Amino acid sequence: MTDLLNALVIIANFIIVPGLAYGSQLALGALGVTLVFGVLRFSNIAHGETMAAGAMFTMLFTWLLQSMGIGFGPLPTALLALPFGIGAAMVLCLATDRAVYGYYRRVRASPAIYIIVSVGVMFVYNGLIRFVVGPQDRVITDGQRFIMKARAFKQATGLNEGLAIKTTQAVSVGCAVLAVGLLFWFLNRTRTGKSMRAYSDNEDLALLSGINPERVVLITWLITAALATLAGTLYGLDKSFRPFVYMQLLLPIFAAAIVGGFGSPLGAIAGGFVIAFSELTVTFAYKRVLAYLLPDSMAPSTLVQLLSTDYKIAVSFAILVIVLLIKPTGLFGQRTA
Amino acid sequence: MSFLVGENMTCGYGGADILHACTLGVDPGEIAVVVGPNGAGKSTAMKAMFGMLHLREGRVMLDGVDISALAPQERVIHGMGFVPQNNNVFTGMTVEENLEMGAFIRRDDIAATMEQVFGLFPILREKRKQPAGELSGGQRQQVAVGRALMTQPKILMLDEPTAGVSPIVMDELFDRIIEVARTGIAILMVEQNAKQALNIADKGFVLVQGRNAYKDTGAALMANAEVRRAFLGG
Repeated sequence: MTDLLNALVIIANFIIVPGLAYGSQLALGALGVTLVFGVLRFSNIAHGETMAAGAMFTMLFTWLLQSMGIGFGPLPTALLALPFGIGAAMVLCLATDRAVYGYYRRVRASPAIYIIVSVGVMFVYNGLIRFVVGPQDRVITDGQRFIMKARAFKQATGLNEGLAIKTTQAVSVGCAVLAVGLLFWFLNRTRTGKSMRAYSDNEDLALLSGINPERVVLITWLITAALATLAGTLYGLDKSFRPFVYMQLLLPIFAAAIVGGFGSPLGAIAGGFVIAFSELTVTFAYKRVLAYLLPDSMAPSTLVQLLSTDYKIAVSFAILVIVLLIKPTGLFGQRTA
Repeated sequence: MSFLVGENMTCGYGGADILHACTLGVDPGEIAVVVGPNGAGKSTAMKAMFGMLHLREGRVMLDGVDISALAPQERVIHGMGFVPQNNNVFTGMTVEENLEMGAFIRRDDIAATMEQVFGLFPILREKRKQPAGELSGGQRQQVAVGRALMTQPKILMLDEPTAGVSPIVMDELFDRIIEVARTGIAILMVEQNAKQALNIADKGFVLVQGRNAYKDTGAALMANAEVRRAFLGG
């Protein structure tokens, strides 16, 4: 019995807790991608860099607050800086839309052109971020590091294995739940939110109903900027802020959006967790779990790891290919990606 | 001159003109039906009147005012409603949300108008929490007409409202359209089912190759031997 509990604690500690946090971050990222796809009808390759830019703005404001001696008690100061970071990211997104995307909307460019344009935007953001804060790795997390420490858990339960929950992990899940709740309330209950869904559903009919497309586009960018900043900051808090990491996050985020069904907010959330847990379960070494569960004579001598963690990006890629082959509309989508 | 009139409309989709000096008009409380063979430019004429196509020649007048330069959204604000032939509902939204979106330009209380629509199409009240995409063809058309009625338009334009529905549903839809016209709304519609449509029409326009071929009351067109032979199958 204790063996079983120990095995479960290992799984909780190394898969469930990190998976929930990482899944929340991916879900928030995928929501941004799926909103832009639903309303503006293109795959925004620059979304990873939007996250990086938002996280950078938040980091700058965090430094400012820290230098003024303002903290957030046990929680990271970055949470206080978040609204300012979101504001700056909103300005960046709106400026980009005016300077770049607005033109392609007017000439009714094809989705392929939009993708290339967003690649260009990605490189510009990328350069901008390096220009402002440079490429190095930074840790902006402060406050209390753990909600539950492994040793405290061991002492409390008397088990061999410890369960640690980082503050940033709990903050990730908490913020994601809050943001998703707000987003769904907005989309399903408010007039403006419904007009966004209507525009995404049937652009021509939305125009015939008197819905102003420019306003819908504006609101979409504001929400996208907020979601991207939140996702980028939470990821940066949980791991560390390294600008080029966000470009690599683009693949799992797109995989999440496509698994759930491009354009479906619910699907983006489900997809985020599918990808996060797939990555973790496939790259986890099950040796210690099996050692508890199997009789001693059968205890594994190898790590029992399906895939090295270096290949975790391949997991998203494999899932992406499988979904596109078997169910191109994704889990909740009506449109093909 | 009629309340809404498209005069001498000449236009097309970039290449050759589809409409050639075509004139259509309708008055409040009246049902005007546009019929004609496939490719006669019936749907094009509707789009031209709603501002979805640029007129090369001619103009559209609403209540004596030239609205040729207005965008479709502005025409909605001026009291015109349009039900397109295809993709005329928000499939992912509930029936109720479809109606709410129809009333998007209104800032006042829309509950009474929604009650009227539910009164006209009782089935929609039953299905109001259901996504419009899950409804049958006939029910979808009711949602589409209901959505357009939510702005309380003075003119309702319908592009083949009975396309793809069964004859029974078609008769029912026509009954509802007559009811709508009785409330004083002008109805201009394109119909494939020419005989049934002309039966309920106050006014009929027969288009051939983008030109007005005949224009008369519905009854007179039904009685016209030439029209019957050429367009109504004897």
